[in-house]
Amino acid sequence: MAEIRFSKEHEWIRLEGDTGTVGITDYAQSQLGDVVFVEVPEVGRKIAKGAQAAVVESVKAASEVYSPVAGEVTAANAALADNPGLVNSAAMGEGWFFKIKLADKGELDELMDEAAYKAYIAGLG
Amino acid sequence: MRYLPHTEHDRRSMLAAIGAASVDDLYRDVPVAARLEDHVDLPAHQGELAVERTIAALAAKNRPAGSMASFLGAGAYRHHVPASVDHLIQRGEFLTSYTPYQPEVTQGTLQMLFEFQTQVALISGMDVANASMYDGATAAAEAVMMANRITKRTKSILSGGLHPHYREVIETYGRWSGFSAKAAMPDAAGVEDLAGQIDADTSCVVVQNPSVFGHVRDHAALAAAAQKAGALLIVVVTEAVSLGLLKPPGEMGADIFVGEGQSIGNALNFGGPYVGLFATRDKYVRQMPGRLTGETVDADGRRGWVLTLSTREQHIRREKATSNICTNSGLCALAFCIHLSLLGEDGFTRLAEINHAHAVQLAEKLGGVKGISVVNDSFFNEFALTLPEPASPLVERLVGKGVLAGVPAARLWPDKPDLANHLIVAATETNTEADMDLFARALAEVL
Repeated sequence: MAEIRFSKEHEWIRLEGDTGTVGITDYAQSQLGDVVFVEVPEVGRKIAKGAQAAVVESVKAASEVYSPVAGEVTAANAALADNPGLVNSAAMGEGWFFKIKLADKGELDELMDEAAYKAYIAGLG
Repeated sequence: MRYLPHTEHDRRSMLAAIGAASVDDLYRDVPVAARLEDHVDLPAHQGELAVERTIAALAAKNRPAGSMASFLGAGAYRHHVPASVDHLIQRGEFLTSYTPYQPEVTQGTLQMLFEFQTQVALISGMDVANASMYDGATAAAEAVMMANRITKRTKSILSGGLHPHYREVIETYGRWSGFSAKAAMPDAAGVEDLAGQIDADTSCVVVQNPSVFGHVRDHAALAAAAQKAGALLIVVVTEAVSLGLLKPPGEMGADIFVGEGQSIGNALNFGGPYVGLFATRDKYVRQMPGRLTGETVDADGRRGWVLTLSTREQHIRREKATSNICTNSGLCALAFCIHLSLLGEDGFTRLAEINHAHAVQLAEKLGGVKGISVVNDSFFNEFALTLPEPASPLVERLVGKGVLAGVPAARLWPDKPDLANHLIVAATETNTEADMDLFARALAEVL
């Protein structure tokens, strides 16, 4: 089972080898409402931990998506251009945003595991 | 008549409520160096009749373009505005609701803006147009910033045929927004080729068609060269009527079209308010500045209008918005929209044809004056002349003969002595043959 971690900004990252797949959490998509547009990063872009990597627009708001780790973008989800609703229907699966080759796997330890994230959003009320 | 509604007592109680000793106290945060210490030298108050008399005397010093044979152009053109346009834009339904603060309840205003956008997209040959910008020059600066966002580059190339006022506005934005614009030398002869200057750092090339000297060019090859290098082509049109006849920027492959819409429906207005036109390709719509009206259906399936893609805008995206423009030139856009609707497609083409025919006639008459030559091998309704002496004093002398002869190039490029003898002359549907004969005769007399 691949390891999955969560950020306080409601991104998730699933590690496979030294590459992580990043998306926004089911909680985040439920807060945003219907997603109408996603701007994904360019492949090859180097991103610092916590830097803006993508933009997600819903009928309610436009929000920045931050990279939970530092690294280089190796893929972006092209399917979101035609079907941004995947973020709503499958936030943790087909609605992924980008894949990133981690500069430092140790950064994952600074993120929450699923139980910790569940407790975190429960605390947000 | 009282101009200021607050009494001295009102002011004192307001100041007391916020704990300020005087009105001047409110300006304490303004640096001393920026404050005007002396009072502005204005006469004391006068009665209404006296004010009217003073202002009327001042106004009489003006030489309105409509009062003489006017051949002024260079970015602002005198055209006939039908009385119906002024009548319709002043109807309360339009005039007092010119901007949609609460878009859903201003369906009429939104429908008008939708029609305006459709017209701008049609005449420019582009996919999508916004609800207008402040004017052509700020639209051009916004276009450069948009190209910078799309290409993630910061160097633009400005044609020597671009109106210098547009260049200056772009440079002003660049100075404070961290991008650079390399301006080519003024291209009076219409011979520049910018393709060779494009490199891997170029975000965009900005050309004007017709150029400020009036040259008409097809920029298709330049568009291809720019796009091959990953840059965009921005085509500026300062005389919107030319789009009735010339190949539209969209057909040349332009990525962004910007224009000054004053020529359609709007008087010269002493230089403003004007209306900026802005259009682009579908694929770039999310990087476009400004308001955008869209057509939709309501819950009952009826056609309606909304402001759409607002997430690009400042009230939602804050500092990450595509632009700090939060409004549009609503009333001028309305005048544009009504006038173009009244003209229709055939009328618009016919208007452009008349403009060109008048300019051809004028070029023939002026070119026949000894010592004068027409620079252009192509033009729409405006062209450049070379004179045997500096143009500026000559233009002053011609005012005395009832002719506003055009814009001396020296007025636009005061630092370029080699352009001192160039005069930029425009003819529109408003110029009669008698006007043109007067101009040619007067010119021969003063030379």
